[in-house]
Amino acid sequence: MAGTLLEVENLHTTFTIPAGEVKAVRGVSFSLERGRTLGIVGESGSGKTVLARSVMRLNLGTNVTTTGTAIFEGTDLLTRSPAEMRSLWGSEMAMVFQDPMTSLNPLVRVQRQVTEHLCRHIDLSRSEARQAAVDLLKEVRIPDPETRLRAFPHELSGGMRQRVCIAVALACEPSLLFADEPTTALDVTVQHQILNLLSREQTDRDMAMVLVTHDLGVVAGRTDDTMVMYAGTVVEHAPTRSLFADMRHPYSEALMRSIPRTSLPSHTRLAAITGRPPDLIAPPTGCAFSPRCPYVQDRCIEETPPLVATEDPAHRLACWTPVGSPEGQAAFQKNLASGLPQAVAVDISNPRPPTRGVEVDS
Amino acid sequence: MAGTGKAHLRTGEDVLMTVEDLVVEFPVGRGRTVKAVSGISFDIRSGETLGLVGESGCGKSTTGRAIIQLPRPTSGTVTFKGVDLAELSDEEIRRRRTHIQMIFQDPISSLNPRRTVGDIVAEPLRVWGPHDEAEQKGIVDRMLDAVGVDPDVARDKRPHEFSGGQCQRISIARSLVVGPDLLICDEPVSALDVSVQAQILNLLEDLKAEYGLTVVFIAHDLAVVKNISDRVAVMYLGKLCEVASPDVLYAEAAHPYTDLLLGSVPEPDPSVEIDESLIEGGELPSPINPPSGCRFRTRCDRATDLCTSEEPQMRGVADDHFVACHHPLVAVAG
Repeated sequence: MAGTLLEVENLHTTFTIPAGEVKAVRGVSFSLERGRTLGIVGESGSGKTVLARSVMRLNLGTNVTTTGTAIFEGTDLLTRSPAEMRSLWGSEMAMVFQDPMTSLNPLVRVQRQVTEHLCRHIDLSRSEARQAAVDLLKEVRIPDPETRLRAFPHELSGGMRQRVCIAVALACEPSLLFADEPTTALDVTVQHQILNLLSREQTDRDMAMVLVTHDLGVVAGRTDDTMVMYAGTVVEHAPTRSLFADMRHPYSEALMRSIPRTSLPSHTRLAAITGRPPDLIAPPTGCAFSPRCPYVQDRCIEETPPLVATEDPAHRLACWTPVGSPEGQAAFQKNLASGLPQAVAVDISNPRPPTRGVEVDS
Repeated sequence: MAGTGKAHLRTGEDVLMTVEDLVVEFPVGRGRTVKAVSGISFDIRSGETLGLVGESGCGKSTTGRAIIQLPRPTSGTVTFKGVDLAELSDEEIRRRRTHIQMIFQDPISSLNPRRTVGDIVAEPLRVWGPHDEAEQKGIVDRMLDAVGVDPDVARDKRPHEFSGGQCQRISIARSLVVGPDLLICDEPVSALDVSVQAQILNLLEDLKAEYGLTVVFIAHDLAVVKNISDRVAVMYLGKLCEVASPDVLYAEAAHPYTDLLLGSVPEPDPSVEIDESLIEGGELPSPINPPSGCRFRTRCDRATDLCTSEEPQMRGVADDHFVACHHPLVAVAG
């Protein structure tokens, strides 16, 4: 089944707090095909979680305003009533949250949590529900599922709890799964297992998945497309392989350079990004990354760059002076000559690690 | 590994601290004890950064805290500059703490929210001197400046007015203000965003060079540990698995557990093949009732009867590369 499953257009989410309006998501558009995986990468406060929750309509509270459209299976999610959304949650779209500790009800046994959606959406007898729960726990590789059905969440380890959460999300075979930092709270070996599990379920069920994470390593091997977010906007959106082979946005490049990697020798100097993310109550004019960008020019401060296709139509970018372009080169040299701190900081640190033999899918 | 043994210990005058047979156990009622750290030994040379790496529950934080005798270890010795800290009285330990300082994981909760930054950083000086206020202020300002916080802006603010990265800088300033020799960093960057993490890691490298610090760096992130360490010790369930220099350890891991850890690190490179076979849950056994012999055997695909019956001892597989395993992944030298 090909075709667009979710089409988000110009989505804005704003929180009204006493200090002003926090513009957490500022005009995000993307589309997701059936059975594809999209990674959303960004640091804390980049709006990636708020974006996922806005699409799911999970931003409860009267101080939250979401505008734009999110067309899912032909209808706009943002105009649906709460009752209509409830009928979609679980059956059509589901979410796995970051903290498996708090996303399960501590007073309810695993069996009831896993079968809650099933009982809500499908009329099941008690024994059928129990069997369905056993099958689901087997599916997410929980050993000894019959015993675990009787367990409370606190009796399970973090990894096991996240497996239960995945079982809950998969129960009604949704066509879209949001996984919001599903492995951030877990150890590295458990993270590896859970990501493998999610990848396998996604492929087997031909389910579309949005993987929200701050870790470039997590999206690298596991998503078809990657969207890099900064200060509530998408700065780069490309097929994952072409993004990693050819990072064009200065922020994506800076993020990549600032992470320590096991493939680099010990004591490699990291190219930290100078400065801090902007205040979203009064975001900077022009490009939000301009105050920290080593390639910044006057135009970047005056005019917001739109997210447009590059030579490769699938690779979209919001930048006036992209990395690797003649304008980018010239801008960087100019900034370096005038002693702009962030340009100097990049220059004195080690060059970007070579990306090993990545072939760009064309 | 998870084994014992001291083959990896070094001798010589430049060894700042030697920890031998460190055991930390916590009673949990009904006669049971959590065996958090079960007889580990390691040493650290002056000016070296030792990375202690392992998953949650492996005892790495407990080890860090046992070094400064908080709480005192159940048994074992911590020889710091030739003196066994475990033998000292509480008052003597308190005095030694100017030599050993600690940085914690959560930068915001480790600073007192009701006090100003100037106060927080000056606190160790109020205890240890100099007691002259103008002198204190000078030291505090210099220290804040050294960690990249503008003293004129920060002095009268409180921790909630700063970001996580700024708070971590402030807590580093507080720990360095008494001029310690040894700095124990317990997951100092795991609560921070990647761009801030890089700033703090670079800062630690700079301060280490400037103040001649020796660092014990505790973390679960293998890439971070590789970046900052001169020597890495891998822990599993209260035992040491493998000790080596980072470049050697990451290139040719000898212990199956190290290999599993390294294979699990997500590389930001789509061309790296991902081993998708690992999907079952390998769970950490209970530290109340750890497996006999090698503690890693329940998750190890190389485990044999020998691993059940006998605990592996630390032995050298190459120059400055030690492993506690009966069936290491590389040939054992000699």
